[in-house]
Amino acid sequence: MISKTLIKEFETLLGAENVKTQEADRMAYAYDAAVLPPVLPALVLKPVNSEVLGKTIRLCNDNSIPITVRGAGTNLSGGAIPLSDGVVLLTAGMNRILEINEADLYAVVEPGVITAKFAAAVQAKGLFYPPDPGSQAVSTLAGNVAENAGGLRGLKYGVTKDYVMGMDFFDVNGDLIKNGSRTVKCVTGFNLAGLMTASEGCFGIFNQIILKLIPPPAAQKAMMAVYNTQEGSSQTVSDIISSKIVPCTLEILDNFTIRAVEDFAHAGLPTDAASLLLIEVDGHPAQVAEEAEKVEAICRKNGCTRFQAAQSAEERNRVWEARRAALSALARLRPTTVLEDATVPRSKIPHMVKAINDIAKKYSLTIGTFGHAGDGNLHPTILTDKRDKAEWVRVEKAIDDIFDVALSLGGTLSGEHGIGIAKSRYLANEIGASSIAYCRKLKKAIDPNNILNPGKVIGV
Amino acid sequence: MKDLQKLVTMLKTLEDQMTVCMHCGLCQSVCPLFAQTLNEADVARGKICLLGGLSSEMLKDVQGVKERLDNCLMCGSCAANCPSGVSALEIFLKARVILTAYQGLSRTRRMILRGALAHPRLFDRILEIGARSQSFFVSPASELLGTSCSRIMSPFIGKRHFMPLADVPFHRQQGSLDTPAGESGLKAAFYYGCLTDKIYPDIGNAVLKVLRYHGVGVWMPHEQACCGIPALSSGDLPSFKELVRANLKAFGDRDFDALVTPCATCTSTIREFWPMFAGEFSEDEAAAIKILAAKTTDISAFLVDSGLVSDKSVEPAVNSATITYHDPCHLKKSLKISAQPRRLLQNIPSCRFVEMNEADSCCGSGGSFNLLHYETSAAIGMRKRENIVASGAATVATSCPACMMQMTDMLSRRGDTVAVRHVIEAYAAALS
Repeated sequence: MISKTLIKEFETLLGAENVKTQEADRMAYAYDAAVLPPVLPALVLKPVNSEVLGKTIRLCNDNSIPITVRGAGTNLSGGAIPLSDGVVLLTAGMNRILEINEADLYAVVEPGVITAKFAAAVQAKGLFYPPDPGSQAVSTLAGNVAENAGGLRGLKYGVTKDYVMGMDFFDVNGDLIKNGSRTVKCVTGFNLAGLMTASEGCFGIFNQIILKLIPPPAAQKAMMAVYNTQEGSSQTVSDIISSKIVPCTLEILDNFTIRAVEDFAHAGLPTDAASLLLIEVDGHPAQVAEEAEKVEAICRKNGCTRFQAAQSAEERNRVWEARRAALSALARLRPTTVLEDATVPRSKIPHMVKAINDIAKKYSLTIGTFGHAGDGNLHPTILTDKRDKAEWVRVEKAIDDIFDVALSLGGTLSGEHGIGIAKSRYLANEIGASSIAYCRKLKKAIDPNNILNPGKVIGV
Repeated sequence: MKDLQKLVTMLKTLEDQMTVCMHCGLCQSVCPLFAQTLNEADVARGKICLLGGLSSEMLKDVQGVKERLDNCLMCGSCAANCPSGVSALEIFLKARVILTAYQGLSRTRRMILRGALAHPRLFDRILEIGARSQSFFVSPASELLGTSCSRIMSPFIGKRHFMPLADVPFHRQQGSLDTPAGESGLKAAFYYGCLTDKIYPDIGNAVLKVLRYHGVGVWMPHEQACCGIPALSSGDLPSFKELVRANLKAFGDRDFDALVTPCATCTSTIREFWPMFAGEFSEDEAAAIKILAAKTTDISAFLVDSGLVSDKSVEPAVNSATITYHDPCHLKKSLKISAQPRRLLQNIPSCRFVEMNEADSCCGSGGSFNLLHYETSAAIGMRKRENIVASGAATVATSCPACMMQMTDMLSRRGDTVAVRHVIEAYAAALS
């Protein structure tokens, strides 16, 4: 319970309009996109500048009030779900792009800038910010950094961490910590920006972030290949990679997802196909033409029954429509959609796909699988109804099994959604007890009152 | 009803629809209100979670939830872009009915909705008196746009530049009409709607002219009543039902091929919301509602879909005046009607059609939203105004009188010289 006097203090500091105390307003920040129960926070705060942000954090620390920072609330692992005695700290009041530097290829942003708006502003200057998480239309850049968000272009362009050059963030005392720089090279001090990336709000609170920009590719070519066997598409993926071709995107849809997309979008997909690959190569036009030719040869060699290369921007758009529709098409089939992101080394994709099918059969569940075949990050999507208690128990068991298989294949619990609350109990299976103890010591030293998103990632 | 348990039970009836929401938050990217306020309670996901909170008894502040639920344009942008197909408008309307039944109607709304709107003849009389006396209170603001503003300080009118009430409402000008099908072989029932009747009778006359030109017979009973959306969006189910019944009676069991309206909101209300609430009526009434709803369409969609207006565009004459088009949310997002009104404009030889940016973004009117949240409504509207002006068009056309009022207000307040017309007015003017 936060006292009336303290609420007054917050109101004086932030302005009454940026302090939400009413139950109905707080309820709107009790959840994120994970399938987890909501928790009503004690208070919701929206600082509108750096100075106020720093002081707000200090005031929380002085009173041992837990802080859960919230961007757009699109987290899929519960990282943005607050504590009942804690505050939700909104980044929406700090959402300016401070600089896009065309000479030195970087940008400086406030935490609450929307990813897609930023990408568009960068594109308008003739530059490119590649990370494109599925939620980019609403997700915020600080949220992307805090989760190390990925996306469809990870295979060639990497993920959010590959674009973080530096940042300022506040520690629990409200002191500003600076790290990294606007230079390509920088080894001044520890790599705290690295620590903060994927920190899920547990180590500090972002104030400004410096992001790397790159020149955009001059040309791209999208292709679609259809297979009658799962093996054909899996082999194609390995062959493309071993031929030293790095497509910017290499996506797979399984038969169930293909049928769902076709029912939903009527895109003319072959519903009897075992799997579908969507491939895009980009770069210099000559390179694109050469690589596209090689990709086609590899697809045909591995027995694809249909191959289609987009000849225009419109056709390219149509190729990607199938991928964009995947989640929507699946989500409409049952009330609850559990989207997982266990990731394996890409050579293990065939094993993983088979294992997911076996798990679906074992627990009599509907699982559609699609995702980033090129980087080993699949999205097994469990379609269920969380109100069906018996089925929900089987869903939880299936999730356990999916994680076990991923780890046994040398993979990881989460490719891009984060650990948050949803996966923290599996963490020891992957990194071991000593790693968790090390992280807890680090956390204790940085955040002695345990106010920074407590309970997330490493428990406690 | 003040029994919280009963409220919870009622809200549980929405559970099947609410669980479909996977809380992905993508509605934030399209909600015109969220773009202004950045408040999660203003966007569909937030509202659904508030209702979920009430129904799971996580929160008890019914009035607080109701206020936030009411803070919505009901434009349907969220539903049109929802990846998991949540029927957001249906959830919100039904929840408003449930919460209103629990909380009761406010005194003002009770007076307006149950005291006047639900009694069409009385409502007509009140507004006719209003039309005669309005000149005492208002003065002209823009000659081109035909707007007025308040002469005296009025909290109700505020800064609005509004369209005055018509001297003689449409139904008085025309009475009832019943003409046989002409050379098209088609007969249309004409539902004009309140705003055409009381503010824009020229739209009604334009519809009649166009139908006559294309050889379409008209059945237009003057006993028709409001489509019920102001009552329904206030959660006033009894008034809504009275209005639906009045209309069922007016249009009766006459035979016609389509029921056409020049109002996007009336069209989507009759076509979508009436059947949505059919379960609240008797079996016979529900059957009649479904038949009528299936026949209801926008006037432009009727003309193009039945082949009366060519699907090809005509080459505009040199030096033609430019015209642009605003997509009313209730046509494009609710009913997916967006090509047909443009086709009409492209069939006017004296007009050159140009697209504006964000043609389908909400104008911010939202019916009673404009009355209750004028500043937010105007902020959304001003963005629309900027896109209209940037298109360079001499005229902005649309398919909804409510959007016309909102765009007129925005343009008039900035002193712009862009005319606002209904598509059917522009099309009718070009017919000999």
